[in-house]
Amino acid sequence: MATRILTRIAGVVLSACMAWAGPVMAQGTIKIAYTDPLSGPFAQVGDANLKQMQYILDYINSKGGALGKKFELVPFDNKSQPSDALIALKSATDQNMPFIMQCSGSNIAAALIEAVDKHNSRNPESRIIYVNCGAVATELTNEKCSFWHFRFDAHSAMKAEVMARALPKEVTKVYLLNQDYLFGQSVQRDVKASLGKLRPDVQVVGDELIPLGKIKDFAPYITKIKASGAQALLTGNWGPDMNLLIKAGIDAGVDLRYYTMYAHLAGGAVAIGPGGDGKVRSVQSFNENIAPEIGNKEAEAWTKEFRDKYPFDFYAAGFRTIFEYLQEATKQAGSVDPVKIAFALEGLKHKDFLGYETVMRKDDHQLISEYFVGTFKKGVKYDSEKTGLGWGTETTVLAKDLEQPTTCKMKRPAAQ
Amino acid sequence: MEVFLVSLLNGLVYGMLLFMLASGLTLILSMMGVLNFAHASAYMLGAYFAYTISQQIGFWPALVLAPLLCGAIGAAIEMYGLRRVHRNGHIAELLFTFGLALIIEKVVQMTWGLIPVPYRIPAGLDFPLFTVYGTHFPAYRAFMLLISALMFGAIWLGLTRTRIGLVIQAALHHPEMVGALGHNVPRVFTTVFAAGTALAGLAGVIGGNYQVTEPAMAFTMGPIVFVVVVFGGLGSLTGCFIASLLMGLIQTFAVVLDYSLADLLRWFGLTVTSATPFHEVLTVPLPRIGALLPYVLLVLILVFKPRGLMGTRDT
Repeated sequence: MATRILTRIAGVVLSACMAWAGPVMAQGTIKIAYTDPLSGPFAQVGDANLKQMQYILDYINSKGGALGKKFELVPFDNKSQPSDALIALKSATDQNMPFIMQCSGSNIAAALIEAVDKHNSRNPESRIIYVNCGAVATELTNEKCSFWHFRFDAHSAMKAEVMARALPKEVTKVYLLNQDYLFGQSVQRDVKASLGKLRPDVQVVGDELIPLGKIKDFAPYITKIKASGAQALLTGNWGPDMNLLIKAGIDAGVDLRYYTMYAHLAGGAVAIGPGGDGKVRSVQSFNENIAPEIGNKEAEAWTKEFRDKYPFDFYAAGFRTIFEYLQEATKQAGSVDPVKIAFALEGLKHKDFLGYETVMRKDDHQLISEYFVGTFKKGVKYDSEKTGLGWGTETTVLAKDLEQPTTCKMKRPAAQ
Repeated sequence: MEVFLVSLLNGLVYGMLLFMLASGLTLILSMMGVLNFAHASAYMLGAYFAYTISQQIGFWPALVLAPLLCGAIGAAIEMYGLRRVHRNGHIAELLFTFGLALIIEKVVQMTWGLIPVPYRIPAGLDFPLFTVYGTHFPAYRAFMLLISALMFGAIWLGLTRTRIGLVIQAALHHPEMVGALGHNVPRVFTTVFAAGTALAGLAGVIGGNYQVTEPAMAFTMGPIVFVVVVFGGLGSLTGCFIASLLMGLIQTFAVVLDYSLADLLRWFGLTVTSATPFHEVLTVPLPRIGALLPYVLLVLILVFKPRGLMGTRDT
C-alpha cells in the first residue's frame, strides 16, 4: 500500500514536472523496467540476468549514459506468469518508463507484445518500447511482430539453424526433446525445418514434448532415447528441465551428444558436472573464452572483471549489445521519446564489443548478430562455475550467414 | 525387454525416493492431522545441510548429521510453533506450515544462493554398478534403494515391534486414552514430528545429489508427495509404500509407452481421424501427460475410495 501511495505521489510530482519541462522526461535517469522470474522455480535465471545487466549498465553509465542521463534498471518479479508481467508493464507505464525489458518465456513475451501495442495506441503520452532480451519463439518477429517490440536475441529458428550447422557429419540420427509450450514447440518445428534444409541426411528418430518444469526424474526419457538409437539429443530445454535431463543422461553413461540452447546459463555447468566433458554443446551468443580465442584483450579484461565479482559465469555479456543499441538510439533520437527512439533503432548498425557487425533489421525488429556453439570441456582458459570445465567455441556463425526471411508486415505509427 | 527392465529399475529408484519423503509425512499427517506443507522443505534443507557438511567433513558423516539437524529443526517447530497454533485448529496449522515452507525457501535462497550448489555423489559410489543392455546402473542408485529399504524396514519394525511404536500407534487413534494411561502425548507428537522431518532430511541427503540441489527442489517435490500420502491412505505405512512405488513406476512407464487414447480405441475397431470429435485430446500421447497421471489417480481415489489404498481413517 505504501508503495502504491508513493507511486501515486511520484506520478503527481512527475506530471507536475512534465507540465513545466514539456514532454521530455524530467527525471535524472532513463528507467528500464526489467521483468522476469525473480522467485519460483526459474528464479536462478532471472537473478543471474539481473546481476549481469546491472554490471553492464554500470559500464554504459560510466561511458556517459545517453543525453547526459544515466540508465537505471527497475526490476519487477513476474513469477513466470504473463499476468504478473502485465502488472509490471502497468507500473512501468504509470511511471512513464521508456523501456520494458523481458527475457524468459515466449508466452509472456506474446502477452507483452499485445499489451504494449494496445497501451501505446491508447495512451500516446506514455508509450513504451518492449526490449526482448531472450524470448525467442520465432513468431514474435514474424506473425506477431510489432513496431514496439525489438528482439535482441536470435529467435529459435536462427538458433536451430546454428545447431544444425554445428552437427558433425557422422551424426545422422537425432532425438528431439522440448518443453510443451510456445517456445518448446517452436524449437521442435524449427529444428526439424533446419535439419531438412541443411542436413537432409539426418533422421529424426524421436520427437518428444515434456510438461514445463514438472519432470523430476529424467532417467526414463534417457532409457527411451537410448532405445531409439539416437546419436545426438537436440533440446531447447532450460532451467531445471535442462539440468536434470543432462544429469540423468550422463549418470546413465549413455553415449550421446547433447546439443542444447541453454546449457551455458547459470547453474548449467554445476548440474552437468565433470562427467559431461566434451559431451554437451550449447548454442550461445557469448562465452567467456571467445575473447581470448579471437585475441580481443579489451573484451577479455572486461568480462574477467565480472568474473572476479560474482560466483557465476558472464554468459549474458551479449546484453551489452542491447544497452549499447539503446544508448545509441537514444542519442540519435535526441530525446527520451519512445517513438523517436523506436524509429532510431530501426535499421541501426553497430559493431558489438567482440568486434562483429550486427544490425537491428528494420523489417521485423530482429537483431542479426553472430552466434556461437560452445563445447563444455576441460582445458579452456576460463572455466564455468568453478567446475574446472568451461565452454570452448566449436562453431562460429556470422551475422550475414544467419539472416532468415521474415513474414512480418510492420505497422508503423506516423513519424513525429 | 531392454526398455522394460531399465524402466523398472528407474521407476523403483524414483518410487523409493518418493517413499522416503512420504513416509515421514504420512506419520505426521496420520498422527497429528497436520498436512505439513513444510515437509518438502525439510527435504531441501537435508540436501543443503548435506552439501555444506560434506564439503567440510565428507559425505558419510553428512548422511548421519544432516537428518539429525533436520530432526532438531522439526522438533523445535513442533514444540515452539505447531503446539501453540494447534489450539486454533487444523486450518491454522495448515497455514502455519504453508508460511513456514515459503520462509524456508527464502532462507535457503539467501544462504546458499539461487543457483544450484555442486553437491556431488561421493567418489566411492560414483561408478556404474552393472550395465543393463548398455545403460549404466550407477552404484549410487543401488545405494539409494538400499537406504530406503533399510528405512522402510526400520520404521515398520519400530512401529509394530517396539513399545514406543505401540504407544505411537495407540496415540494415533486415541490420544486422550493414551494420555490418561500416563504417557506424555505431546512428547510423542514432538518425537513423531522430529522423526518425520529427519526422514525427509535423509531423503534430501541422498536425493539432493541424485537430482540437483537448488532452491526450487522443495517446490517441485511437494505436490507429488501429497498425492502419495493421500493415495496410500492415512495411518498406513504399507499403503504409503505401495503408493510410492506405484507413482514411481507410473511416471516412469508413462514416458516410455508411446500410446494415446486413439490407440486404445483402435483395439475396439474405432479409427480416429482429424474429423473425429475431440481428436486433439484422443491423439495426445501418454508421455505428454505422464506427469499428470498421479493427480488423475488422486482425484479418482478421492472419489471412489476416500480413505486411500489402505487407509484406516478418513482424510
